[in-house]
Amino acid sequence: MAINTEKNIYTVVFAATMVVVVGSILAFLASGLSGKIKENERLEKQQNILYAMGVNENGDGGSVNFVPTTEVAGEFSKYIKDQLVIEGDDISSDDEAYLIDVRKQGNLAKKGATRKLPLFIGEKDGKKFYIMPMYGKGLWDIIWGYVAVDANMVVQGVYFDHKGETPGLGANIKQRYFMDDFEGESILSGTRYVGVSIAKGNNDPLNNIKDDNEVDALAGATITGNGVSAMIKESVNLYRPYLETIRVKN
Amino acid sequence: MALLTKKDASLITDPLADNNPITIQVLGICSALAITAELKASIVMAISVLFVLGAGNVVISLMRNIIPSKIRIIVQLVVVAALVIIVDQVLKAFAYELSKTLAVFVGLIITNCIIMGRFEAFALGNGPWKSFLDGIGNALGYGVILVIVGFFRELLGSGTLLGFPVLGDPVEKTGLYATGYENNGFMIIPPAALIVVGIIIWVQRSRNKALIEEN
Repeated sequence: MAINTEKNIYTVVFAATMVVVVGSILAFLASGLSGKIKENERLEKQQNILYAMGVNENGDGGSVNFVPTTEVAGEFSKYIKDQLVIEGDDISSDDEAYLIDVRKQGNLAKKGATRKLPLFIGEKDGKKFYIMPMYGKGLWDIIWGYVAVDANMVVQGVYFDHKGETPGLGANIKQRYFMDDFEGESILSGTRYVGVSIAKGNNDPLNNIKDDNEVDALAGATITGNGVSAMIKESVNLYRPYLETIRVKN
Repeated sequence: MALLTKKDASLITDPLADNNPITIQVLGICSALAITAELKASIVMAISVLFVLGAGNVVISLMRNIIPSKIRIIVQLVVVAALVIIVDQVLKAFAYELSKTLAVFVGLIITNCIIMGRFEAFALGNGPWKSFLDGIGNALGYGVILVIVGFFRELLGSGTLLGFPVLGDPVEKTGLYATGYENNGFMIIPPAALIVVGIIIWVQRSRNKALIEEN
């Protein structure tokens, strides 16, 4: 029996069936895998936070190496001494603060709500690190990351990631040679808050000058670079009242 | 018994040279420009397209007699989008690191004109095995160009291959850079891909007279 595939009714039935079949396959797959995917994302956040404070397996090779996923949960509780949630003037501890979606909180703040700001206090070799999540816009899509500062507001490490920056250009913000440059830069100029900027032509490609609040830009990735500068400046700015108390106490 | 008949083999070998999707049919140029600044991205993209085009061609070929011709383009889009999302989800669950590398390409694969082109031109009119070979052949033809372009752009633009510095250190002035050689910043921006592809087309046409059109 040959089916007349030209009939309108056939076309409609075919389209409807196709939508239902493909929809169910995808929905089934998504719900089946969502637990595993969430777990992966959770471990990745812990890896990123630890990476920013220098707990990673970076060798001399120049590639980014996180704490292995099998060990990250243990390392996270070992090095992260406290997870704070700053909500306006209220500061509370929350063991799951790292799961707070800072981007969602940013959108809530735009609607007038007080946002929850997670802050992680790490300790390694007797030294304290204050680690803050960041998010912003690159050239094509969102970028995000973590920055760790010490009590003197000097950057101890960063981690950047992106959703869709151009491979070979903007995507290099997550390369070590770029991220390593931030180490030692201060987010203050004197006592004034300036953040750390990505600068073109600062005549410091090896990044030896550590008091200029600038790191050398990536060639061909001006807009991603500007996005990173803005991301650091705006995200860390939210924590200034808290950071100021730490700095003064220090 | 030969695994492939002569005709079947030509399904794979033709798109590699004389009927290359990029240099002859000029399809898939958009992704060839976007991601070839480094070799690794080119290779990842080539493998992704190989998988999607091979599997997609088979699916479309199996469905070819029941697809209503009025909505065939939509059906093709649904098939390729569903395939890509399935792969993406499975990788996210079981190979998270790899899935992050691929994230950029997901959108580019769905919109790749070679994939739609092969569905439309071949899979709708041929059996699954032939369609599979055709898909693999075209994906390889696409991949070969991507890898060639990626190789030259990364080498001349960044002085590295797969991230390894092969020409020395441009900042410390070692290796080739000690002689005054500089990286060509132009190579890492997308227009350079167009020029490299142009040169490949030129070389290919000058060597194969059959490809030269008569005016």
